[in-house]
Order: sequence, then C-alpha cells, then structure tokens
Amino acid sequence: MYNFDVEMPTTIAEAVKALGREEAQPMSGGQTLIPTLKARLAAPSVLVSLHGIAEMKGVCNNDAGQLCIGGATTHATVAAEVGTQYPALASLAARIGDPAVRNRGTIGGSVANNDPSACYPAGVLASGATVVTNNREIAADDYFLGMFETALEEGEIVTEVRFPIPEAAHYEKHLQPASRFPLVAVFVAKFADGVRVAVTGASENGVFRWTEAEEALNANFNAEAVAGLKADGSAMISDLHGTGAYRAHLTGVMTKRAVAAITG
Amino acid sequence: MTEVKMTVNGKAASGNVEGRTLLVQFLRENLNLTGTHVGCDTSQCGACVVHVNGEAVKSCTMLAVEANGAEVATIEGQAAPDGTLNTIQQAFQDHHGLQCGFCTPGMVMSAAALLKDNPKPTEADVRHYLDGNICRCTGYHNIVKAIMAASGQDVGTIAAE
Repeated sequence: MYNFDVEMPTTIAEAVKALGREEAQPMSGGQTLIPTLKARLAAPSVLVSLHGIAEMKGVCNNDAGQLCIGGATTHATVAAEVGTQYPALASLAARIGDPAVRNRGTIGGSVANNDPSACYPAGVLASGATVVTNNREIAADDYFLGMFETALEEGEIVTEVRFPIPEAAHYEKHLQPASRFPLVAVFVAKFADGVRVAVTGASENGVFRWTEAEEALNANFNAEAVAGLKADGSAMISDLHGTGAYRAHLTGVMTKRAVAAITG
Repeated sequence: MTEVKMTVNGKAASGNVEGRTLLVQFLRENLNLTGTHVGCDTSQCGACVVHVNGEAVKSCTMLAVEANGAEVATIEGQAAPDGTLNTIQQAFQDHHGLQCGFCTPGMVMSAAALLKDNPKPTEADVRHYLDGNICRCTGYHNIVKAIMAASGQDVGTIAAE
C-alpha cells in the first residue's frame, strides 16, 4: 500500500475539516478499506479515521421510537445491543464476516461503501431507514444509487442510521463461504403500512427492493404468496460463484424462507 | 513518521511509524514480537489475531496509529513469565490442537476472546466463533476439543482424534 497521512479527529466537525484536505478519504473500521489500500485500488493522500469520534458511536432511541445507531458503531455492538428491539437487525450484524471483523467494522462504513454484496444495505433499505450525514438526512430509498454508489457527496460522512422498527422482520442469507459475504441475501420487514423486501448480493446495480414480492406479500403475507414469483435475472451478477440465473433463483428462495421464518 | 505509544502485554511500548504501518508490522518489526503471524494479509485467515482493549482484532487490518494509547495483548503475553503455558495453550498441547503451528497464535487469541465472553461454549459456539481462523493442518477437531477442554468441559463426545 502507498503511504498516506492519518488524521484522527475526535469530533464530527474535526473530521469534516480534515476531509477538506486534498485527496482525503474517510475510514471507519477499515475492514474493507485497508484490504483495498493494500491492493492499491485506492491511494488517498490523507486517511481520516472516524474510529475515535465518540459522538458517532452507540445505540439509542429518538422521540419517534426509532432505533438510532451511530455511524462508527461496530457490528459487534449492534449484535449485542439491539437484539431486544430489533432482533432481525441484530442477527444481520452478528453474521457479518467473523468475530474479529465485527469488532472493527461499522454500520457507517458498510452503508457508505455500499458493496453490492454487503449485508447492511439490505437491512437499511428494507427497514426504510434514514441515513443521517454531517449535513442532511437521506431516506434509504434515495440513498443507494448503484454498485458502490450512494447519494453521499465528497467529504460527507454517515454519522447515524435511524431505523423505524417493523412489526416483524427476518434476514435470510445464503453465505458465500470463502468471503463470508452473502451470495444472495434477503431482508423482509413487515410494517403496519406494508411489507418491504430488499435483496443484496444479487444485482449488478447493488441492493434493490423486490417490488413484485412486496405486492404479493401485501396481499397475502405468506411464503406461498411468493413461491411462484421469479426475480428478473437480466441484471443479476454472474461470476465464478454463480450465474445470474442462479442468483435470481436464490432471490426467490431466500425471500420465501425469510417470510416462512416470520410466519413460523 | 508519527510516534505511537501503547501498552503491549502489560509493558509500555512506543515507536515511530508511517501512516500505512499496520499494527501487525509494528508488533513484529518494531517490537520483535514475531509470535503474531501474517498468513494471508487480507483479513481472511486469523493468524494475526491479537486483542486491542480486550477485543479480538485482525492486526493485519488495523493501522498502528489507530492502536495509539491502547492496551494490546499478543500470544507472547499468554504464558506465565517462567514459561508455564496458560490453560488454553496447555489444552492445545494436551489435545494436539496444532500440527504446523502457524495458525496457532491466532487460534489461541481467538479462543481467549471467546471464553472471556462465553466461558462454557457449546461445540457449535466454538466452531462458529472460529469462522475467521483458518487452519490447513488439523481439520479443526482437535482445536475445538482443546478449547472445550480449556473451558473445563468434558470432551469425550467430540469427534475422535
């Protein structure tokens, strides 16, 4: 990896200022970024570590009853602390990577990177969460724009993610065993005003809502309601782990299993 | 270069590092603590697991400057000063939990992190926790057996050696 300066801000304001330096790159837990730097796929002049910003860490509730998770909160903390309020989200966090990765990797880093196979984007999109940055609030539906693309501007950082808590939810993940990323995973969240289904690992455009499944489940919240649905395989990822057709098939299977897990 | 100071295995340690210096490089090259291994360098294998402020981390995927001020524990601090192995290390020896030994420092440090949070894990807990620690020799059975034994549980029912 090429060398860089490291800035270690302790407040969001300091971080934003440091990110004003030329070719500055924010780093949260670094569990994706450090391997990326090693591979020389990124070569910033300045790395701004968000790890020391206390105001971006931890879990709380706002007046609207939403679950608010600081951007620099690790997967291990989410797994340990949100289980009572939002078990499906805790379960998602508890299955990212491995224990050592979960002790460093953060929700803000995952959401900012928007890896097409990452777990958190599915949870955030299915929950209809709000991504909070240092200068605005972005609805999940407007936030995820494509593979590794988000609505974040240069130098903008994810300071918090706010989750409305669904009546019931489940995250069903088909593991790609070498990388621990999902090959395909589906997050189903059932709210009083409707069902949201988000799919990760499948599409060349990154995480997406499977609206046909949502409509079917709004009419009848039962695994059988989605049993006959086929996801569109035309824009699915094809790689050595599986073809687009296979991922389209898995999308249906994971959705059905997620619903079955909720209905019991 | 930036000066970093940390406590490693209970002793004060310091040195000058570049921004890109990884924690594992600092441990191995500045402090000569070569028990922490670099296996894959891509955060897959777990040979580099150490504890930072009590939590298991992959020291190949953390910058040395991020550990400034931290309490770091490595494999070198596990045995007593006279060389007596700790419970986990002794269990690895007793149950033949290693062959070539390359992954063992990471296995022992991960096991220590697991038993701190979960003193009586099930066999499934142990296997699941070792997701990020790869061994190419043992087939894992004796590692799992060693960790179960170190937790004071009967290992008679775990797969045969």
